[in-house]
Amino acid sequence: MGSAAQTLGGRSGLRSSQRTAASLRHLALRGAAVVYLGLLVALPVVAVVTKGFGDGLGTFRDAMATPAAWAAVRLTLWTSTVAAGLNAVMGTLLAWVLVRYRFPGRRLLSTVVDLPLAIPTLVTGVMILALYGPNSIFGRFLDDLGIRVLFTPIAIVIALCTVTLPLVVRNVQPVLQELDTAEEEAAATLGAGPRTTFRRVVFPAIRSAVVAGTLLTFSRCLGEIGSVILVAGNIPKKTLTAPVFIFQLTSQFKPAEAASVATLLFAFSFVLVLVTSRLIARKEAPV
Amino acid sequence: MSAVATPKVRGRGWLLAACLLWVGMLLLVPLVGIVITALEPGIHVVTETLSSPDVIHALQLTAVITVISVVVTALFGVVVAWVLVRQRFWGRALMNATVDLPFALSPVTVGLAALVLFGPGGWLASFFESRGIQIIFALPSMILVTVFICVPFTIREVVPVLEEIGLDEEDASRTLGASVWQTFFRVTLPNIRWALAYGVALTTARAIGEIGAVLIVSGLLQGKTETATLFIFRAYEERQVPAAYVVALLLAAVSVTLLVVIEFLLHRQEREGTRT
Repeated sequence: MGSAAQTLGGRSGLRSSQRTAASLRHLALRGAAVVYLGLLVALPVVAVVTKGFGDGLGTFRDAMATPAAWAAVRLTLWTSTVAAGLNAVMGTLLAWVLVRYRFPGRRLLSTVVDLPLAIPTLVTGVMILALYGPNSIFGRFLDDLGIRVLFTPIAIVIALCTVTLPLVVRNVQPVLQELDTAEEEAAATLGAGPRTTFRRVVFPAIRSAVVAGTLLTFSRCLGEIGSVILVAGNIPKKTLTAPVFIFQLTSQFKPAEAASVATLLFAFSFVLVLVTSRLIARKEAPV
Repeated sequence: MSAVATPKVRGRGWLLAACLLWVGMLLLVPLVGIVITALEPGIHVVTETLSSPDVIHALQLTAVITVISVVVTALFGVVVAWVLVRQRFWGRALMNATVDLPFALSPVTVGLAALVLFGPGGWLASFFESRGIQIIFALPSMILVTVFICVPFTIREVVPVLEEIGLDEEDASRTLGASVWQTFFRVTLPNIRWALAYGVALTTARAIGEIGAVLIVSGLLQGKTETATLFIFRAYEERQVPAAYVVALLLAAVSVTLLVVIEFLLHRQEREGTRT
């Protein structure tokens, strides 16, 4: 009887030995989590940063001394910016169409948008090769028009846009879904055109989701290699991106220089991820 | 509804067309393109490629790495998610941020990190070398980098679900005399199963497709440390283009199948979500 009452008393009623066991278990689980993340995630990051900047800025200066290095970082920055910009617009549009429109094939479109989550990035690269290569009808057609896609920055932007396609859509879609259409109807009734309604009513509501998705896209683009390495041609100072440059440095046994460039890229995208998580936290805070 | 929509119909058509064009050009047309290009040389190229020892070995290696990565990230992912949601401790915010680190890192950087740690003259190299354990340019480092890259997927799927279900059911189960393990397997696990399955599906896709990090840590040893993606890479560089296309098509087919599973899991999750 007594023990039953004790058990029914819940947590506070646990015997002290049970409580010790519980707190030990908590500590053990927390320890496992710390060791897992510490050894597996934190240690490698520390290793790269130390390798790149362990002896001050010397290695970094050496690594960036070649014109090819700066050109690679610049190329990665601008192609990522263009891809993030394009997907910010098209991703928002796609989310809007998927949430608000009803048309045959909507479910299919929604699934296709998620494809880049599943398709290996290298396969995306091979798909671009197959489509724009000299052996395809489409590639020849563009060639006749004098447009070269493969082994130019255009191919890099196409690859980046493809692999990051779902990011903005999947950030914006849930926010749009929860948005009450009453406000938009009120705006329309009060005489606002569809554009004004979108700018003044809809966009403010989805802004932080769009920004978060775009930053995530940009950060992802900065590090992308699989889809780019085959289609870019990797010509130094022209189509050699920073991740491919890092790969080449490691295969030339220059890990310190590679680590410098990698740390630079990491600094860019880590700041962005931090900003993104802040934005998401702020977005969720009032709910 | 239709009365409101009528004035916007023209604008709607254009928006929809723009979206279809964008998705079509980026994904659908290239997907059709690869099917045609891969199958164009004839079915014998497909069978020859898929029965060559290099390809078989590469596919097996990818399968091994994927299975191990999925098991490790699922097990530890649930532990980390549980600790993050159920415990309050100093450094919790740091732990939370560490989980997202792999999202901010280029796969190339991850491979480089393994090289710095285990490569010639690396921090931990002598420790393993003296014990005769080969880490870099071998399977262990390839698994390590893949696990690293896949760490966030399960955790980020399971955490929100754990937060949502709260403590009530677990407490009830414990008070009614169930052991910790019984509570976990009978109460917690059934609640998070769809989120976990979704995380596992995402991890599988990512592990199969991983290239940037294994490109660096594998040492590119043909027939030894060559995964399916690395085979495609080498085949293309060595101008064995038809073989590259065939294996790429196979991976694309696997990932499309996975995506169908992912979509199914998402819908299950949503349905369970609305029910509770």
